Amino acid sequence: MRTFRTTVAAALIVSLTACGGATSGAGEDEPSAGAKGTVNLAVNPWVGYEANAAVIAYLLEKKMGYTVDKKELKEEIAWQGFETGEVDVIVENWGHPDLKKTYIEDKKVAVEVGPTGNEGIIGWYVPEWMTQQYPDITDYKSLNKYANLFKTSESKGKGQFLAGDPSFVTNDEALVTNLKLNYTVVYSGSEAAIIKAAQQATAQKKPLLFYFYEPQWLFAKEKYVRVKLPAYTEGCDKDLKKVACDYPDYKLDKIASKKFADTGGAAYQFVKNFTWTNDDQNLVSDYLTNQGMSADQAAEKWVNEHEATWKPWIPA
Amino acid sequence: MTATVPPPALQGGRVLPPATDAAGAPRRRGAGGRRTAAAVLIVLTAAAYLLFRTDGAADGNGAAARFFDGVRDWVDANRDTSPFFLYGVNYVRLGVRLLVDVVQAALYGLGFAGLVTAVSAIGLVLAGWRTGLLALLGFLSFGVLGLWDESVDTLVLTLSAVLLSVLIGVPLGVLAARVRWVGATLRPVLDVMQIMPTFAYLAPMTLLFLIGEPAAVIATMIYAVPATIRITALGISEVPATAVEAATALGSTRWQLLTKVRLPMARTTLVLAVNQTIMLALSMVVITALIDAPGLGQNIVNALQRVNVGAAFDAGVAIVILAVVLDRITTNAARQAGAHRTRRQRQWRWAGAGAALVAVVATSFIAIDPGNLPQWSAAGPVNEVVGWIELHWYDVTEGLKNGISAGVLDPLETLLVTTPWWLFVLAVAAFGTLVSGWRAALIAALAAAGIAGLGLWQHSMQTLATVLVAIALTLVVGVAVGVFCARHDRLATAIRPVLDAAQTMPSFVYLLPAVALFGASRFTAIVAAVIFAVPPVVRLVERGVRDVPATVVEAAVSAGSTPRQLLWKVQLPMARGGLLLAANQGIVMVLAMVVVGGLVGAGALGYDVVAGFSQRELFGQGLAAGLAIVLLGILLDRLTQGFHNSKGPRR
Repeated sequence: MRTFRTTVAAALIVSLTACGGATSGAGEDEPSAGAKGTVNLAVNPWVGYEANAAVIAYLLEKKMGYTVDKKELKEEIAWQGFETGEVDVIVENWGHPDLKKTYIEDKKVAVEVGPTGNEGIIGWYVPEWMTQQYPDITDYKSLNKYANLFKTSESKGKGQFLAGDPSFVTNDEALVTNLKLNYTVVYSGSEAAIIKAAQQATAQKKPLLFYFYEPQWLFAKEKYVRVKLPAYTEGCDKDLKKVACDYPDYKLDKIASKKFADTGGAAYQFVKNFTWTNDDQNLVSDYLTNQGMSADQAAEKWVNEHEATWKPWIPA
Repeated sequence: MTATVPPPALQGGRVLPPATDAAGAPRRRGAGGRRTAAAVLIVLTAAAYLLFRTDGAADGNGAAARFFDGVRDWVDANRDTSPFFLYGVNYVRLGVRLLVDVVQAALYGLGFAGLVTAVSAIGLVLAGWRTGLLALLGFLSFGVLGLWDESVDTLVLTLSAVLLSVLIGVPLGVLAARVRWVGATLRPVLDVMQIMPTFAYLAPMTLLFLIGEPAAVIATMIYAVPATIRITALGISEVPATAVEAATALGSTRWQLLTKVRLPMARTTLVLAVNQTIMLALSMVVITALIDAPGLGQNIVNALQRVNVGAAFDAGVAIVILAVVLDRITTNAARQAGAHRTRRQRQWRWAGAGAALVAVVATSFIAIDPGNLPQWSAAGPVNEVVGWIELHWYDVTEGLKNGISAGVLDPLETLLVTTPWWLFVLAVAAFGTLVSGWRAALIAALAAAGIAGLGLWQHSMQTLATVLVAIALTLVVGVAVGVFCARHDRLATAIRPVLDAAQTMPSFVYLLPAVALFGASRFTAIVAAVIFAVPPVVRLVERGVRDVPATVVEAAVSAGSTPRQLLWKVQLPMARGGLLLAANQGIVMVLAMVVVGGLVGAGALGYDVVAGFSQRELFGQGLAAGLAIVLLGILLDRLTQGFHNSKGPRR
């Protein structure tokens, strides 16, 4: 494959010099042109996504004979990969209307491949014990009253709002400003860091206001309550600087590169067929996070126990 | 510590200006006059601050950010149409990809057994049997750690970047040494390239070259090539004039002079240049995992996302092993390159090389799956230790974090943020003149003004506050350990390999233990920065204290000094040059690390950069922040650079 690629690249350089200019996609792998090629699977940094990727990669490799190249990339960087040919498919996309416009409508390098079946929720959460002690805390209007509780070394004298990875879909800074909340957004850097803080908040009864989302395995173990923000209405989040409403509900979907859609054959069809429930994903996430399983082990366990679910995904 | 380290003029690939460099050094004044001037300046600055302080308004969406957004949109729209891309940038990308593919095909083509044999054979022939054995064990250990493919991917990128650096750097180095104006033009450019924190230029790289291996190799090359150029130039200019004269007298052409006299005579230094280039490239390659470069960096990014210290530890060990093997092969090769050999010895070497080649070819046909080696991983035990510390030391770590944040960091941050930008620029200029001379001060002040112009004043000052606290802690720890090492030989010997390993670990790795212990905070970045910058500081301090002449120490002891007096009144004052140099070296490293801390909640400029390449609408602000970081680096470097120029002990 590699030597082949080298030859192709060399030939391209020669031929392109002849006919004028190299485009950005030049010299890349032909994505899985043959029946059993390589599928470049982007892996975004949260465990729910990894669960999708684990099962898809396992089935592609073990049941369909493909090779899967997993690439740890943040969301928007993975989209850039459609253009360069580094990425064939994203298997859990959260909205991103702006990226869809750029890469699907304008550049025409990517296509939508339909829903994953997962329902996504993003919101602001507090641990359950806080709602018992401060019953009105689940309304954003009373958050300022409690700002003192959430002070930390990082929050500059205001309350701390703990966000996740800067690459996640967030409007938090705009929300804090536009709802006139006396809070500072602090980025923990990763899903794992938020989960750790949330678990600590429950175990040690420490106050915590944080960005979180479903599907999420942690909700099966511990209770967290969503804070009510002004209700979402169509288009209220259009101007990212002026957002003053809650997050919408997301129908999570899959995105593939145009090349993969055109030439991916059975692998593309399989990705297209893939749909499952939040419970399925949470189960695999739990295997991955709490039972110390590798992606392959977790996928294998799930696949062995849910044949009825995945059988129909495999194209005849 | 004799022949294995580069000559003292090289520190982390930077060739330091000689201590007596007159340019930029202030004229000598009486120490008393300087002290009075400093006191007056401090009072003036404090008074001006109290008069003019602002309330530290938040950064607006600056014009710079909008400008960069515009650039991004233009590039996106024209990537496949503009001749600049069609005939320029895209070809560079294609060419680099070709290079990577060739190197990759070669290394993967050898297979596990073949590559292990090849590296051992290269070690054996170029650097002796001990190095060969080290290479053999080192490369086998990648298989044992279960990180074979990742290690080879990292090696592929490193070698590609080093090849490019040598191809570009050696000719430029020769030119810089031979043609005066080339050298003079290159010097400030190289200065900036070396101060620039690695993190700052990932986003521009993806803008021009998109993500993937080519962008990673080019970013790595930019980071490593200054060392190649500088050390090559140093080697060429050190060729004795008599040898050149003699060759000229015998009628050599200029080309012959270069290829038969200058390059061969500089070959030891040239190998050292390659050595430094490899070390720098290796530490950068890991960070490029953020823009989709394969290899060990991916494991570390992955571990960072899962806060899995153990997994990162394994990958970190593999990187250190790779670094040690490459370092030993090249340094010992450099030593051997300088040695004279008899004809017979040379014949043996050729025979050895031939035999090794046969062995490599033969073993490349043996198919061994590295997965079948006995596997070993430190992840479990390391995670247990971390878990234990988290559980039992929680109050200590929290207390430390909150104490330093509230007691030192916050007041300093408030002070800097509420300082009006023009006062800051003036203060930089005034104190800079006092410390480093007016030239350096002018550059530093311009950098400060530039930061203000970028519209990221508040974030820059927050980053600066974090850097200042971190460098203070680094110096305290570094000086304490350094002095201790200088006084206890056995301890120094024991610590040296730890320092070696710590210096080859990519900065990235240090975030993990810090984030596991201190959560997401600015203090986490400070801790990581301290761990990252302490080793070189320890080295410089130790050398400074040890360089105090034995006679002076003897005299002090016989005059009845207690050990404490000896340290405070004699050794430390006399080692001042080393200490100040350590401050200058440390501050640039600290800045680089604090910025990477943006990945784990350290906020400010580092966060802007991270957000810039992960959120489309923040791209412009990210690039602006990258530029602000570079300016901050220039400012800090220029301000502290005068230390070792002007105040070193007189020799």
